[in-house]
Amino acid sequence: MRNLINFFWRHSNFILFISLEFFSIFLVVNNNGYQKSVAFAWVSEKTGKIQTGYNSLWEYLNLKQTNKDLAAENARYRSMLPSAFLITDTLVHRKKDSLYRQQYEMLSAEVISNTTNSSTNYLQLNKGMLQGISKDMAVISPTGVVGIVVNVSQNFSWVMSLLNKETRISARIKKNGQIGTIAWEGGSYRFASLKDIPTHVRINRGDTIITSGYSHEFPQGEIIGVINDFNIKSGEHFYDINIRLGVDFNNLAHVYVIRNLLRDEQKKLEEPVK
Amino acid sequence: MSNQYIRISSRFVILILVQVLLLNNIHFLGYINPYVYILFILLLPFETKRGVLLILAFALGLSVDFFSNSLGIHAAACVFTAFFRPWVMSLITSRKEYEPGVEPSIADLGFQWFFMYSLILVSLHHLMLFLLEIFRFSNFFSTLGHSVLNTLFTVLFIILIQYIFYRKK
Repeated sequence: MRNLINFFWRHSNFILFISLEFFSIFLVVNNNGYQKSVAFAWVSEKTGKIQTGYNSLWEYLNLKQTNKDLAAENARYRSMLPSAFLITDTLVHRKKDSLYRQQYEMLSAEVISNTTNSSTNYLQLNKGMLQGISKDMAVISPTGVVGIVVNVSQNFSWVMSLLNKETRISARIKKNGQIGTIAWEGGSYRFASLKDIPTHVRINRGDTIITSGYSHEFPQGEIIGVINDFNIKSGEHFYDINIRLGVDFNNLAHVYVIRNLLRDEQKKLEEPVK
Repeated sequence: MSNQYIRISSRFVILILVQVLLLNNIHFLGYINPYVYILFILLLPFETKRGVLLILAFALGLSVDFFSNSLGIHAAACVFTAFFRPWVMSLITSRKEYEPGVEPSIADLGFQWFFMYSLILVSLHHLMLFLLEIFRFSNFFSTLGHSVLNTLFTVLFIILIQYIFYRKK
């Protein structure tokens, strides 16, 4: 024990030096945006590799469930194919239609790390800048909205989950078109709340909540969840709505990242007005 | 003795003000900016204890950081410089003894000694500063180049200040 104290005493200057340096660098990384993003990209590049290995094991163990989900999704899509419909009219004229233009592009990605138990949850995806992902893209899964890309490195990207106190997503009640905002206030990862729906609107349990398409990231009509419960606090003009999320964040494996091809144009239009 | 404390603390304040109000706005050739405030670390008396030296350097760097919106960068560079100051002193020999009351300045120890002393310490400071500002090791040599150019400017300013404000005894 005395040797230990002696050791610290003899090297007290060096220890002071190291701790002051660490503290300074801690300040640098925490308070300067640029340094923070560089450090972040470096760390996620390293942890991403470890996570990928761990994840491939986990994914293998879950193949059965994944296959089932994918088969169900395939079935749903097949039922939308033209061949699934009976053609009743033989006199169809076809021409190149300029009324429709592709606005959203989907990239599939795998979740390699994910949390649901913090108050600020994030996910990491196995695709990054090199695969065409950039900041502010929307992330959805076959069962609903997942989150928004907040940071990308070369091969990985970091997604702010819907289960994050900072996340706000513009939403709409499907049956009557009323616009509100989805927020998550901690607690269970199966539920979130819908705000800003005025009390004169009629709502029921089980009503579907979809994305409004008002943000530049999410296309319109992606499922978010269904109303689980609602009440009105006395003196308030808005409902207190609890919704059951469509996505089960605890077993999320495959997601789609959405690129809005017209986003730049929309942003540009907004800029001079703001 | 108390006279010395007053001189050192007023030097602390004046150097920080000059640095943040005047010199931080030079941006010669885009990136050259003399960081003269570390003259404070260079001029602390010989008998200053190492621990005190480190803490003073940290306070100095942090104050400059607060003004130049780069929290931590200058503090890290200053602490780094202060840590190596005693080593640099033992590295360069002087004709005069390092005795209490003698300041490591041109007036007390001569031009040649001070030039070497400031050149080494300012290089260390700037290298650390620029590495933290760029924050990556790729392009290390361009970072090194910038810091060398900047070092020359800082040393030039420091020596000019010495000649202007400190008369020979």
